[in-house]
Amino acid sequence: MTASVAWADVEVGTVLPPLTVTLQRVNLVMYAGASGDFNPIHWNQRFAQAVGLPDVIAHGMLTMASAGRVVTDWVGDPGAVVEYGVRFTRPVVVPDDDHGATVDLTATVAEKRDDHLVRVDITARFDGATVLGKAQALVRLA
Amino acid sequence: MALNQDYLGKVYPASEPYQVGREKIREFAIAIGDLNPAFHDVAAAQALGHRDVIAPPTFAFVVSMRASAVAMFDPGLGLDYSRVVHGEQRFAYVRPVTAGDDLVVVTTIENIRVAAGNDILTTRADISTVDGEPVVTTWAVTVARGTAEASA
Repeated sequence: MTASVAWADVEVGTVLPPLTVTLQRVNLVMYAGASGDFNPIHWNQRFAQAVGLPDVIAHGMLTMASAGRVVTDWVGDPGAVVEYGVRFTRPVVVPDDDHGATVDLTATVAEKRDDHLVRVDITARFDGATVLGKAQALVRLA
Repeated sequence: MALNQDYLGKVYPASEPYQVGREKIREFAIAIGDLNPAFHDVAAAQALGHRDVIAPPTFAFVVSMRASAVAMFDPGLGLDYSRVVHGEQRFAYVRPVTAGDDLVVVTTIENIRVAAGNDILTTRADISTVDGEPVVTTWAVTVARGTAEASA
């Protein structure tokens, strides 16, 4: 692993560059194919509404992957991510239009540990609320 | 139907090997919108010290989900799949999943509990190469909404 950020150069409170992603129906189709998760709540509006959802929702794992990009973009070598975990607290609703769903991703160094490890806390916001809880990554810096 | 508590601690036999493909990694990275060269360019990944292109940190779920289906759809477990939502997900890496890896998954039912009328299942997937080299452990918390039996 070859992180491009040095442990000595960060401190608790260091802010990672933020990222905004737009998820449209096509992205959910691509993610379904790439991941093998063909649950119809992620592509079939009729089905999604029949099970009580307002509309098609993004795969939680797609939101988790998007949020992870803030960390891997920052550290350079994605292999430096040694742990990553999230709770799925709210769905990202993806309408069938040209705008899709906008998810704003921010992250901060929350803790410095031994062995060049840092804990990064990530926040994902959609439609005025957070969609992930306790989204944290452990990263080994240079 | 509620989750069968007898399944707590059940360990399923190792899955059939999953062959991690370079093209699948590239497809997955594109699907999550990530153009990081480590996922796409072999020389770039090797310059970082990896054997081949590596997979994004959440890719391991593709491997674990396929293997853990044996547990999720085990009729004796009693999970109502029509009512499940993904509650939590965690990964702990020894090293990144890399193109060319031949991976096997051992799935364990790590926890079964009830909260607010929901059945909550934690499955752990221990992912290693076919040669026994540990690569990553994943934990998935699956919530089946409203399927738990009423508490006494």
